[in-house]
Amino acid sequence: MAELRYGHALNRALMDAMADDPTVVVLGEDIAAAGGSFGVTRGLLDKYGSERVIDTPISEAAIAGVAVGAALSGLKPVVEIMFMDFTTLVMDALVNQAAKARFMFGGQFSAPMVLRTPHGGGVNAGPQHSQCLEAWFAHVPGLKVVCPADATSAYGLLRAAIEDPDPVIFVEHKGLYGRKDSFPEQPAALPLGRAEIVRPGADATIVAYGAAVQFALDAATQLASRGIAAEVIDLRTLQPWDDATVLASLSRTHRLVVAHEAVEAFGVGAEIVARMADIGFDELDGPLVRVGAPFMPTPFAPALEAAYRPSAQRVVEAVLKTMGQQDV
Amino acid sequence: MATGQGKRRAENRPSTADGVELYRRMLLIRRSEERLSRLFADGEVPGFIHLSIGQEAVSVGIMSALTAEDTIASTHRGHGHAIAKGLSLTGFFAELLARDDGLCRGRGGSMHVADAAVGMLGANGIVGAGVPIALGSALAHSRLHPGRVAVSFFGDGALAEGVLHESLNLAVLLRAPILFVCEANGWSEFSPVASQIAFGTEAWARSYGLVYEKVDGNDVFAVAEAAARHIGGLRSGGSPVFLECLTARVRGHYEGDAQKYREAAELDDLPRQDPLARAWTQISAQAGAPSDPSAIDEEVLGEIEAALAAARRGPEPSPHGALCDVYSEQSHG
Repeated sequence: MAELRYGHALNRALMDAMADDPTVVVLGEDIAAAGGSFGVTRGLLDKYGSERVIDTPISEAAIAGVAVGAALSGLKPVVEIMFMDFTTLVMDALVNQAAKARFMFGGQFSAPMVLRTPHGGGVNAGPQHSQCLEAWFAHVPGLKVVCPADATSAYGLLRAAIEDPDPVIFVEHKGLYGRKDSFPEQPAALPLGRAEIVRPGADATIVAYGAAVQFALDAATQLASRGIAAEVIDLRTLQPWDDATVLASLSRTHRLVVAHEAVEAFGVGAEIVARMADIGFDELDGPLVRVGAPFMPTPFAPALEAAYRPSAQRVVEAVLKTMGQQDV
Repeated sequence: MATGQGKRRAENRPSTADGVELYRRMLLIRRSEERLSRLFADGEVPGFIHLSIGQEAVSVGIMSALTAEDTIASTHRGHGHAIAKGLSLTGFFAELLARDDGLCRGRGGSMHVADAAVGMLGANGIVGAGVPIALGSALAHSRLHPGRVAVSFFGDGALAEGVLHESLNLAVLLRAPILFVCEANGWSEFSPVASQIAFGTEAWARSYGLVYEKVDGNDVFAVAEAAARHIGGLRSGGSPVFLECLTARVRGHYEGDAQKYREAAELDDLPRQDPLARAWTQISAQAGAPSDPSAIDEEVLGEIEAALAAARRGPEPSPHGALCDVYSEQSHG
């Protein structure tokens, strides 16, 4: 198996999707000539031309609204919003227009568009370039939300998102773009809505997504040295999320921790533990524990940001808590 | 994209710029909205509605230059746009009466009427939101079906929305086949536009490099002529156009609005501006014209009552199927 960087896998998914489907177009700020702020769209302009790879001015609301109209009229637009923080400016197009088009028009239309955007901290980008806002979108009926953790799923989920008839918010992690992973010779689309058990274990379940999958895996390694076998689930898709895989794991381990980089309050983890408290109550042998950022903006100072971001250590503590071993 | 569901025959499509036909189409909108006003007062139309009485010449004039393949994005005051674009009148009434066989299966109502079969991309509950949607549709036309055109309707109240600036700028950069139609009725909900907009529309629109024209929006023949000229230019690769149509809102912002904020003099002047009366004056001056419009009125009223009767026979939506179409995986049941 060869290796590929996460950012390059996304680039390859865009290249392949554009080759397979002439209705796929890409638009955003500095995505054509400049190749995107993180290089994800590099080379697309040379290969597919300015008819399909469209540089736009700094006009997030119009870019997203244009994508909705283009999607209603036969194109499959893939929009890049440079930082997830800037999605505050696209909310009407996504929430009031794209998300509702199929339902409120009685099934006459669909809006097959993808909005790609990077979230997450770790690069000292400060309060307006680091936020993880995926829970906002997961709260809106009609939107799908995806967040890949590695190169293979970045490729496979982006291909599936572009093919999907519904609007998809595709959340990348800016700290993962340079990360190298094993990558299959024949990469393929991965189904949306399906989680993956990335490390099996019998004692506790850790559900994570995006960059949190790596620190969940690091935590599982640390726990193994204490004789605790943690199972790690990469959620991959946040809306719709794979409650069946999580419940099946909980039914084996009877302990659940959910970890993400987004603030803990009112987040994806809150939804997962609430649902498991409902449908998995009889399986529980310990408290459902969330690991997320504290309820505050992402700080700029490296020392503050390092303390702010959830870590493997905090996941270890959470697993010990649900196992009743805090004092061990 | 259009899913193919809800495809239906394009009714009432303008086939000619013939004056009587334009008059008939304006009358169809006028009488439909007057009927809706009564249905609303009687409690048969739930929610709330925004009537476009007085603005019929803009809808009919613009749509006389479009085909069913051209697309429009409309507004909360969109009944006229929808009817003029040629959607099914029965499906329209059924939607406003919240029936399962309404154009949107009773899920949208007045502010979300859409018809994929005739390129009607939807009324819109958010002021200005349809503008970038029309631009996106124009972009799709330019890539997939050159020669097709998209039209964006918005009122002069929407000129204060930031996304208009973004969209006009982007339209010129993309050289998209789009006609921006500003229905300038002078009112921004309950406030005079003069108190809300600090700039002059013409200078502003021209500053983007848009082709700009101002037209008497209560003269259906003037609107139709301008639309034919500009749509023709857009079909052959011309620059985006901004057409300001000066018109008048006769009813309140919403039906039931007593309009206490309007001066009596302004309201008293409205009949003089009436696009139907003005069109008939011009038609009747022509040789061979019908002596009076009563026969047309009778035909239009008959068409409306037949559509309404058919709509009333439709079933109420069942809560059982309410989750349909939130996502593509949920079958259309």
